[in-house]
Amino acid sequence: MYRIEQHPILPIPPRSKVSFTWKGRALEAFEGETLSSALFASGVRVFGHHAKDGAAQGIFCANGQCAQCLVLADGVPVKSCMELVRPGVRVEPVEGLPELPPVGPGAAGLGEARPIETVRVPVLIIGGGPAGLSAAIELGRRGIETLLVDDKHRLGGKLVLQTHRFFGSINAVYAGTRGIDIATRLENEVRSFPGVRVWLQTTVLAVYSDGKVGLLVEGRKYVLVEPGILLVTSGAREKNLAFPGNTLPGVYGAGAFQTLVNRDLVKPTGRLFIVGGGNVGLIAGYHALQAGIAVVGLVEVMAECGGYKVHRDKLARLGVPVYTSHTVVSANGTDAVESVTIARVDEKFRPIEGSERSFDCDTLLIAVGLDPVNEFTEKAREFGLPAFAAGDAEEIAEASAAIFSGKIRGLEVARALGCDVGEISPDWYRTADILKSRPGATVPERTPGPESGVFPVLHCNQEIPCDPCTGVCPNDLIEIDESDIRLLPSFVAEKAGKGCTGCEKCVAICPGLAITLVDYRKDADFPTVAIPFEFLKDTLKPGDRVVVEDTEGNALGRVEVGAVKSLKANDRTVLVKVRAPREYAKRIAGIRIQPPETAAPLDRYVERTADDTIICRCERVTAGEIRKLIREGLRDISEIKAITRTSMGSCGAKTCTPLVHRLFREEGVPDAEVVDQPKRPLFIEVPLGIFAGLEGKDEGHDRE
Amino acid sequence: MTANKSFDVIVVGAGSVGAPAALALAEAGLEVLVVDQCPSVGQGSNKRAIGGLRATHSDPAKIRICLRSLEIFSTWKERHGDDVEWHKGGYSYVAYRPEEERTLKDLLTGQKAAGLNIDWHEAPSFLQIIPDLNPEGLIGGTFSPEDGNASPLLAIHAFYRRAKTLGARFFFNERVTGLVVSGGRVAGVRTDKGEYGAPVVINAAGPWGAEVAAMAGIDVPVRPDSHEAAVTEAVARFLGPMVVDIRPVAGSANYYFYQHATGQVIFCITPSPSLWGMDVRETSSFLPMVASRMVDLIPRLRNLRVRRTWRGLYPMTPDGFPIVGWARELEGYMLAVGMCGQGFMLGPGLGELIGRMIQGKTSEDDRETLTYLSPYREFKGQEKLK
Repeated sequence: MYRIEQHPILPIPPRSKVSFTWKGRALEAFEGETLSSALFASGVRVFGHHAKDGAAQGIFCANGQCAQCLVLADGVPVKSCMELVRPGVRVEPVEGLPELPPVGPGAAGLGEARPIETVRVPVLIIGGGPAGLSAAIELGRRGIETLLVDDKHRLGGKLVLQTHRFFGSINAVYAGTRGIDIATRLENEVRSFPGVRVWLQTTVLAVYSDGKVGLLVEGRKYVLVEPGILLVTSGAREKNLAFPGNTLPGVYGAGAFQTLVNRDLVKPTGRLFIVGGGNVGLIAGYHALQAGIAVVGLVEVMAECGGYKVHRDKLARLGVPVYTSHTVVSANGTDAVESVTIARVDEKFRPIEGSERSFDCDTLLIAVGLDPVNEFTEKAREFGLPAFAAGDAEEIAEASAAIFSGKIRGLEVARALGCDVGEISPDWYRTADILKSRPGATVPERTPGPESGVFPVLHCNQEIPCDPCTGVCPNDLIEIDESDIRLLPSFVAEKAGKGCTGCEKCVAICPGLAITLVDYRKDADFPTVAIPFEFLKDTLKPGDRVVVEDTEGNALGRVEVGAVKSLKANDRTVLVKVRAPREYAKRIAGIRIQPPETAAPLDRYVERTADDTIICRCERVTAGEIRKLIREGLRDISEIKAITRTSMGSCGAKTCTPLVHRLFREEGVPDAEVVDQPKRPLFIEVPLGIFAGLEGKDEGHDRE
Repeated sequence: MTANKSFDVIVVGAGSVGAPAALALAEAGLEVLVVDQCPSVGQGSNKRAIGGLRATHSDPAKIRICLRSLEIFSTWKERHGDDVEWHKGGYSYVAYRPEEERTLKDLLTGQKAAGLNIDWHEAPSFLQIIPDLNPEGLIGGTFSPEDGNASPLLAIHAFYRRAKTLGARFFFNERVTGLVVSGGRVAGVRTDKGEYGAPVVINAAGPWGAEVAAMAGIDVPVRPDSHEAAVTEAVARFLGPMVVDIRPVAGSANYYFYQHATGQVIFCITPSPSLWGMDVRETSSFLPMVASRMVDLIPRLRNLRVRRTWRGLYPMTPDGFPIVGWARELEGYMLAVGMCGQGFMLGPGLGELIGRMIQGKTSEDDRETLTYLSPYREFKGQEKLK
């Protein structure tokens, strides 16, 4: 029902069905999927209600970090995003506090307990994403014994959720290849080194003062690791926003969204609205469209989107309105999101009264930035355990930058262990800096002059670290100043007597979908334009009339589709050929997919009057409660925690901490006056029995 | 800060003892200043306490003080409105070996004589009180139904807020660096920010008690050791009383846990040998050590998820009893230190006693209590229910 049946990029593997029950009702699931995805696939969004105020609970992190998705599986409270469906499992919502399941007589003999094992290893890498894998490759290459742990079922981190081609440098970091495929390449290389051990489904729980690191292995076994050096490549966590209705089921981040859609192939929403115009929000919107989900709009509080312009333009061309200088006012609905209200903002980013508009949507995706997952690095450094960090865990940047910083950090770790790695070239550090850089200047579109022959048009107007277009031209006609791949590419009409052959390789390779090819050779008045398209081939058929647009998504006219080409060499990038009038053929950059009525606002705006802007979603603490304390003069976050329970919940203060800091700023309190609270273990909640050395789950619920 | 501001009493430490003492003094109409190095109230050891409140001790002094504390905690909400999450669940001490059975039974007479509501229960009756207890080998245990628990965080805030309403001043982020002495008696304190005058100074500095006493030239035998604790997720009520297991095993002495008003289980263990010193950083040995003992005692706990762990200090004395009294070495200087990890439960009762001492209004019972807690006792005894 809410499944993705076909996808332009992702394969849909055959899976066998199992049945389970939800509130006594029989439902179908796929074997090996999580309970949360199985429930979403059946249209279930509300998983229970909070003990404190009865607020509806549902998916939030989809990553085992919080407990918003708690359900009862055969009577045992479990995080549904981490628990796989078992045939026949009886799933019930958690209404209020769950019962601790009783255990049968004889179930608990500590005779079956296992002493907690300690593993010594020269290097422990936390996180098998782009940075961790790249570091492991460098260490593996030098024969340094390394243990790489990752909490997921497969390696690759967030790469495995990325269907788009990557930016960055072709020489340094696989630019032009899709994220999912980079993950496979890196994984295969890591697996080729016998010195690198990989533990999947392994979550780091704590770094201790005695230099040991506590790991939960496969959700059932506690192991202590004593590393010589710790390398933290644990990535990032999403920031959140405080606004009325911000914890309604249906409000969640890009990580959860991409997990549901691109990993679990579930269609969690019919109508999505996005908050945040950074790369994460823009790409999530693109992924939604690829999955057949309507994207109603995107708001960005700044005057320009912070993400790459090519991502923004791509989304706009497909028919998604991008509302800059706008913010979310409220998410509306009783037990789940039913609509969103947005408003224009003034120069202080406050909503302007009278500018409110509401849109029908069932999901609000919050993509307002990332913070490094740096608690392990900080604890290790506090405790004197040698520690390095790379990728987003060190500094938030693109995945391409993470690949490269991981590689450098891998070498630095090797050197710290006494391995002769030679001198690490200063060029590497420079490349790392370039890959990390934020988007630079935007220039006006440079439309080429001639209107004859065949040539590419580069709709690439913003300086970003990206160069795949320079590597595919058979006659080497696309160039970027080699000293800095952030500079804009340019097309040279002729080199060594050779010009553009019309091979279309540049059109297919551009990660920004920002290159078209205009061919005047057959008909100079109605040239053919080749447009890159990453949707299912049969979305468009020859003869269809489509709206074509300029780079930024302004409609140019309606034209007829000539051909739709899907070549294996183009790796799932389809090329759509249209014939267009000479007047605007060169300006065509894309084809609108989503009809304008999808994005139409509601007749009147929906006002949410409930004072339910939540800062601590685990303990249901409102912004009002915390503001009051700040106004009374409190500056120690530990004191606010003590009084309100903010940050005492199951997510371990991961979600609310930045929001509390933000409230202080909104109240005009300088950061320097605010005393942060100490970070405490555990990273995620773990049953006592596992620390006792009792493996696995209680037999009481494994059997009927 | 303004120098030379004068008060009736200065309390060093806004913790489990200092905050309720300030409240008692403010209630008596005295001008009180509390100075603490932390950024807010209870940020030293109070917030690390797990919240157990019992009058079940082995000596009349602590029993008496804690009975009064229990009255204060249990009636706070009705008297002052704010919820301190008091839960009257009682305390239970389990016995699985004749040794513990004997220790617990031996204490009963004295405990009852001191006014404690406590009884021994044989296994079947004890299992009625804690149905999930591992019945294998269980002999029985004691149960004192009037004991309970509360939130140290909320309680200290309640004391703090009321003390401030009554005029007490609190200076945070300020470290006492020395005493002002004049004419052979205390005249105030010096801090890293200023100097404040008062004829009475109370050392309620918890684990820093010996350091602060040394400023008065007093050597007090307070030495902190550390215990780790943790809190779990919240579940529906399944456990009534605090459960204490005093059996020593390799690596640990006693451990104890209870289900808080929020539904969370909070637990703590005493490492053996003791971990002396001020180190409060998390160790890898705590969770495996405590979890195996808890799951063995209450198998149902195996599915309960641990949320957060921390480590706190127990300012210990040689005999396990607090040190409370006027210093003989320096007039006007009072010691209220060495709570041995029981500052939270002793605090409110002790605060009132301190108030009476300062006003010269001690009763005969008080004076008897104070002989047990005297800084100048011989420290020969040994608390059996640490």
